[in-house]
Amino acid sequence: MRRVAVIGVGDTEFGELWDSSFRDIGIKAGLAAVADANITADKIDGLFVGNMSAGRFIEQEHIGALIADYAGLARDNISATRVEAAGASGGLALRQGFTAVASGLHDLVVVGGAEKMTDVSDEESAMIQSSAADQEWETVLGATFPALHALIAKRHMYEYGTTREQIADVAVKNHKHGSMNPKAQFQREISRETVMGSPMVSSPLRMFDCAPSSDGAAAVVLCPLDQANKYTEIPIEIVGSGQAGDYLALHHRKDICTMEATKAAAKRAFAMANLTQKDVDIAEVHDNFTISEILAIEDLGFFKKGEGGKATEAGLTGLEGEIAVNTSGGLKARGDPIGATGLAQVVEIVTQLRGKAGKRQVKDAQVGLTHNVGGTGATAVVHLFRRG
Amino acid sequence: MATAPRFWRENPSRYNLVGMKCNSCGRSYFPRRAICPVCHRKSVGKIEEIKLRGTGKIFSLTEVHDALEELVLQKPYVVAMVEFDEGPKATGQVIDCEACDLQIGTPVRVTMRKLSEEGPSGIIHYGYKFVPIKEKAP
Repeated sequence: MRRVAVIGVGDTEFGELWDSSFRDIGIKAGLAAVADANITADKIDGLFVGNMSAGRFIEQEHIGALIADYAGLARDNISATRVEAAGASGGLALRQGFTAVASGLHDLVVVGGAEKMTDVSDEESAMIQSSAADQEWETVLGATFPALHALIAKRHMYEYGTTREQIADVAVKNHKHGSMNPKAQFQREISRETVMGSPMVSSPLRMFDCAPSSDGAAAVVLCPLDQANKYTEIPIEIVGSGQAGDYLALHHRKDICTMEATKAAAKRAFAMANLTQKDVDIAEVHDNFTISEILAIEDLGFFKKGEGGKATEAGLTGLEGEIAVNTSGGLKARGDPIGATGLAQVVEIVTQLRGKAGKRQVKDAQVGLTHNVGGTGATAVVHLFRRG
Repeated sequence: MATAPRFWRENPSRYNLVGMKCNSCGRSYFPRRAICPVCHRKSVGKIEEIKLRGTGKIFSLTEVHDALEELVLQKPYVVAMVEFDEGPKATGQVIDCEACDLQIGTPVRVTMRKLSEEGPSGIIHYGYKFVPIKEKAP
């Protein structure tokens, strides 16, 4: 297996981008990544696109071909592949690109992720998002996607004494980080009171516990590590890649307060990288709900099971903490255009490891982690990155 | 809009709580599945249909205020994850009660109700919901 490096990253603003179509944002992010890598299109020999549900959001399937076409690559006849695993689509697309380059099948690959969510009504968007859960045995019976995460939150509070305030602190921290990210959908700091006084969505989770619906795209360029110096002064190596699955429906899982898929994916990624949790300086984790970040930092092994809330409250996951979590603002404040999210995480980690994250820069960051989840935890993808 | 067979084919489980038992390891599952996730191929030919009794306890719960379109008239409503006495868990609404009367551990039983309807003249879908079991006076 060849070693693989990220040599370019690019992304769009996230938010309600009324003036931009799916193809507009996909191309914008891809072009930015290609420009950052300082390559020309004729060098690209593969494209992977992470996307959850273009078929329902914009009634367009076959988006691998669509993006390749509008990227100006139709005449080059490059291979273009769409990758889908609900919220983990972006992370999984990265893993496909990584595998393609590591195997030697491809040399220069662009991995993008995009979602255009605001061309449908909020009601329609909620229906589409709920299809990441089990339609026949969860959604039809009244469980919304936030409701399933509320069941996790309620149980975590019951089993470990996690408080409502501790859960709110995830949103407070991520909005604080978002306020330092010019690309974030929300760049305003909020207080615990804002979170706990916001409208109830599904008790105990309120509006400010939920990541927003967003339009947006992000992309990265990969090549073999031994060729990376041709393109960039600071190659960022992908040193570990892990993917894992679990039961689709939440109620079938061994323990709803633990995402076994996250644990397994992390174990595989750390084993490949020959690193431990102590080596990680920064992590972008899947905080589609505040409670999800608490589970993530426990299941990734940064904190003991049940201690995630306390660690957050104590500031251990802030910029100056033991491990800086979601420095971009996370899904909560950076935004969550589903298929793009897993790639936006990589953009942030690479930016941090290059030392170019501006006000939110974590000092001397050497190793970073991304954690991308599909559904309520039926797919998890973890990657580890190191400054080369 | 989904077609009638999509709902009709799940009726045995939604109406009668038909699950399965793996006679290789003895574990029970709900709803039916063709392969036991513990025994894998060893379970083939050893799957037996069972009908759950329909009683259990609340494992976790939430009051849904932001409902999907077809349930919007019912909001707020309670959704719980229930652990059946036989072991499997399932998710569904808890009705005929106030959210504040429920907690983790509250005993419930299944009742058959309307889940949703496809417009004023469309198909009506039925299935299970849960009601709390009132404790009998001593």
